[in-house]
Amino acid sequence: MAEGIRDKVVILGMGCSRFGERWDCSAEDLISESFREAIADAGIDRDQIEAAWFGLSMDEQNLGKSALSLSQTLRLPNIAATRVENLCATGSEALRGAVYAVAAGAVDIALALGVEKLKDTGYGGLPERSKGTFNDLWQPGATAPGSFAQFASAYTARHGVDMATLKEAMAHISWKSHENGSKNPKAHLRQRLSKEAIVKAPMVAYPLGLFDCCGVSDGSACAIVASPEMAMRLGRTGELVSVKSMQLALSNGSEMSHDAWDGSYAHTTRIASRKAYREAGIVDPVKELDLVEVHDCFSITELVTMEDLGLSQPGMGYRDVLAGKFDADGEVASNIDGGLKCFGHPIGASGLRMVYEGYTQLLNRAGDRQLSRPRRALTHNLGGFPNYNVCSISILGLLGS
Amino acid sequence: MSDTGIISIAGYLPRRRLSRKAIVAANQWANPALASLGSGHRTICAHDEDSLTMAVEASRACLARATGFAPGLVQLASTTPPFADRAGSVLLTEALTLSPDIRCADAGGYLGCGAGALIDALDGGRPALTVASDKRAARIASAQELSFGHAAAAVATGTGDLIARFVAAHCLSIDFVDHYRSTGARTDYVLEERWVRDEGHMKIVPQAIAALLDKAGWAIGDIRHVAIAGVSRATLRLIARTCGIDEDRLVDPLDAECGNTGAAHALLMLCHALETAGPGEKILLLNVAQGAQGLLFETTEAIAERRAEGTVRAQLDAGLEDDNYLRFLSFGEQIEVDWGIRAERDNRTALSAFHRHRRTITGFVGGLCTACGTRQFPKGPCCVNPDCRSFDTLVDEPFQHKVGRVRSFTEDWLAISANPPLMYGNVGFDDGGVVMMEFTDFEPGRLGVATPVRSVFRIKDRDPKRLFHRYFWKAAPADMKGAG
Repeated sequence: MAEGIRDKVVILGMGCSRFGERWDCSAEDLISESFREAIADAGIDRDQIEAAWFGLSMDEQNLGKSALSLSQTLRLPNIAATRVENLCATGSEALRGAVYAVAAGAVDIALALGVEKLKDTGYGGLPERSKGTFNDLWQPGATAPGSFAQFASAYTARHGVDMATLKEAMAHISWKSHENGSKNPKAHLRQRLSKEAIVKAPMVAYPLGLFDCCGVSDGSACAIVASPEMAMRLGRTGELVSVKSMQLALSNGSEMSHDAWDGSYAHTTRIASRKAYREAGIVDPVKELDLVEVHDCFSITELVTMEDLGLSQPGMGYRDVLAGKFDADGEVASNIDGGLKCFGHPIGASGLRMVYEGYTQLLNRAGDRQLSRPRRALTHNLGGFPNYNVCSISILGLLGS
Repeated sequence: MSDTGIISIAGYLPRRRLSRKAIVAANQWANPALASLGSGHRTICAHDEDSLTMAVEASRACLARATGFAPGLVQLASTTPPFADRAGSVLLTEALTLSPDIRCADAGGYLGCGAGALIDALDGGRPALTVASDKRAARIASAQELSFGHAAAAVATGTGDLIARFVAAHCLSIDFVDHYRSTGARTDYVLEERWVRDEGHMKIVPQAIAALLDKAGWAIGDIRHVAIAGVSRATLRLIARTCGIDEDRLVDPLDAECGNTGAAHALLMLCHALETAGPGEKILLLNVAQGAQGLLFETTEAIAERRAEGTVRAQLDAGLEDDNYLRFLSFGEQIEVDWGIRAERDNRTALSAFHRHRRTITGFVGGLCTACGTRQFPKGPCCVNPDCRSFDTLVDEPFQHKVGRVRSFTEDWLAISANPPLMYGNVGFDDGGVVMMEFTDFEPGRLGVATPVRSVFRIKDRDPKRLFHRYFWKAAPADMKGAG
C-alpha cells in the first residue's frame, strides 16, 4: 500500500498577487507579480526550478492551451511545463503536479502557478459558454450560483431546518468573510457588512442573495516546492511548511443520476477529506486543524463543507456557524483571509491562494489576521457543480510536527 | 355508416391566458376602437412553447386515452410550423416514441389544413393520428391580436373502439381571401369585416352545410352539436338564424376564454363537443377557410366511458391569468429585450451529436440496468449505481410518462431565460432515477422539495443566428392536468 506524500515535500516560497478588478494589468503581469514574490521568498535562482505546472481554467484566448505562456512570461529555462485544468480545483491541481514530482524524486525543485484574468470577460459572474455538444441538448442553462443554491433547498428538506434560519447562518458566513477580508491587504473586497444588509441583498439564485456569492476576480498565486533534503542543501533554517496530504476526488456521475445523493452535501468532499486525514495522520480534525480555507464560492457551500469535512456533525453545521465555531476566534478558523467571498475567485489561482494563506499563517506572517500559533491548515476546492464536481483537499503543517 | 371514426381526441391549451384588457390598455392610444374588444382572455404560448410542443402535448393526451392504438399515419397540420423544411410530424413521432415504420405528413398552407387532414385520415380509413396546432402571431395593436389564441388538438382515428363514427365529409374550395399571410410575413393582412361576413361567410357556410347534410341524408334539425370554426361569434349567430340552427346547439366557439386558434380550432371545437356529447348524438363540424371543410359524426355508446380529466373545459378553468403585455410580445419575439451579455452565447447545435442522441433528447428515453434494476438518465455505457457499475447492461427506459418529485431547486436570476428566473433542480422519479431538469409552468415561489412534477415537451433553446430550435423535456406541475 502506498505510503503517501506526508512530509516528503516542503514549500520553499510562495507568492500571491493582489486580487481584484485588476484593470491595470494583464494575465502576464499577474503571473509575474506572484512569481516574483515566491522566488524572492524561496531565495533561489530561477534556473534552479526543474519543472513547472501551470493552472489556468478558463482564459483560453489569451494564455492558450499549453503552458507556453507561463514559460515565456517568466523566461523559464526551457524546463518541462504542463498546463492543468480541473475547474475550481485548478490551482490545487497545479500544486499537486509539482508536489508529486518532487515526492516521486523526479525533480528537486518545482514550480506551481495559477492565474485567471476573469474581469476582461465582461461578466459579472463566471462566463457562460457551451456545456458541450450533448449536455447543451438537455441540461438546464445552469449558472454556478443556481447550481450551488440547491444545496440550501436540499439541506432544509433533509435536516428539517427552516429557510429563514439557514439564511441567517449563511449571512453569518458572509459577514465573517467580510470581517476577515477587511484585514487583508490583498483581498478583492475589503468592506465590512452587516448581517442585515447581507440578508436583504437582491436575489441572485434563490436563496442566494448577492452577498452570498463570491467575487469574480483577477489574480495569481504561486508556490515553489522542494524536497526537505534540497531545502537543507539550500541552507534553509527555521520552520518549514510541509505538505501533509493532497487528495483529489471526482464525481463519477452518481450525484448526477443516482438516487442515493439527495443534494444536501458534497459527496466528493467527504471522500477526499477522509483520505486526506488518513494520509496526514489526522484523527480528530476539529482538534488537529487550526485553520481551514474552504471553497466558499457561495455561503451555503461553506456551510455544508463544514459538515463534509467532519468539522460539524451532519445537520449541525448551521448551528456551529451561528455559534461562531468557524469565526476568526472560533474553534477552527475558516477562511481567515476572506475566502473566495472577499479575497476573490480567479479560478486557476484560488487553490494556490488558499495554500498561500495556510503557509502564511503557519509561518506567523499574517499580520492583523494572524491566528495564534497554528500548526495545521487544510485547503479545500469544490470545482464544477455540486452534482458534477472535482474536489481537492490539501493539508499543510510545520515540518516535523 | 362507416366503421371508421374517432377513437380518441384531446385538446391542449397553453396555461397562460392574456387578459384582453391588458392588450387594450397598452394599445388604446393607437387604436381607441380596440376598447370594444377588451373583455375576456386569450391563450398564449409560454416562452418555451410553439406549435410543435403544443402538438406533442395534445398527442400525448390523445394517445393516453387510446390504449393499444398504433397509428400508421401521423399528420401534423399547422400554418405556424417551427421549421419550413423539417417535418414536424417526424419530430412529433419521435417525441411520442412511436415506431419509425410509419407514414408522416405535414399539412399547412391555409387555415383549413387541420380539418382537411382529418378528412384525409378518415377517408383513408387506416389508423391515423392527426394533430392540428397553431401559434399565430398578429400585428401589434390589431384586432387579431385580441381575437387569436394558441392551441392544439389531436385526433386518433381508425376502426375499432370508436367514440364517434365518421358519417360524411364535404369540402367547398373557394378562393375567398378574407385574410392572407404572404410567404415570409409573420402576420396576416385582414380585409374589410362586413364584406367578409356578407359576401364570404354568409354565402359559403349555408352552401357547405347543405351539401354536407345532403351527403348523409340528414336534416339540420337532426344535428345536436354544430361546431363552426373560422367565423366570429356574431357571424355564427347570423348563420344559425339563416340555416335554422337552434343557438343552444351551437358549440361554444371558445372566443371568450381562448380565442381563435387557427388551423387547430376546428379540431379543438370538435374535441370540446365530444367532451360534452352523449351517446347517439350527431355532430356537424365545419371549418371556414378558403371555402369550407365539413364533417359529420355520430357518437357511439363508448363515449360515455371517456375520461373526464384534461378536458378543454378543465383546461380553460385551470388557466393562469397574465396581464403582462410586453412579456407576451417578448415571448412571441415581437420585441427585443436586452438580456445582457450572457445572451450572446453561441447556441449552434452539433447536428451529428443530436442525431446520435435524439432518442434520449426527443423521446426522453434513459436507461434501466438489467443487472441491478437502477433507472438512470441519460443512458450511458456503464450503470451509474455505485454498487453496480456494470458495462453493457442498460436497456431503454422511457422517462416521459413518469411522475417525479422535486429534490432540490433554485430560481436563478443570473441564468439566461426568456422568462426569468430560470428555474431548475433535481427531480427524483418515483420508480427511480434522478434528472436535473428545468421547471416550466411554475411561478416563482411555487417550487418546494417534494413538489410532484410531470414531464412536458418544450423548447430547450433557440439559436437566433441559425434559427434552429432545440427541444427537450421539462418538469411541470403534476397537478395541472393540462393536456394529460
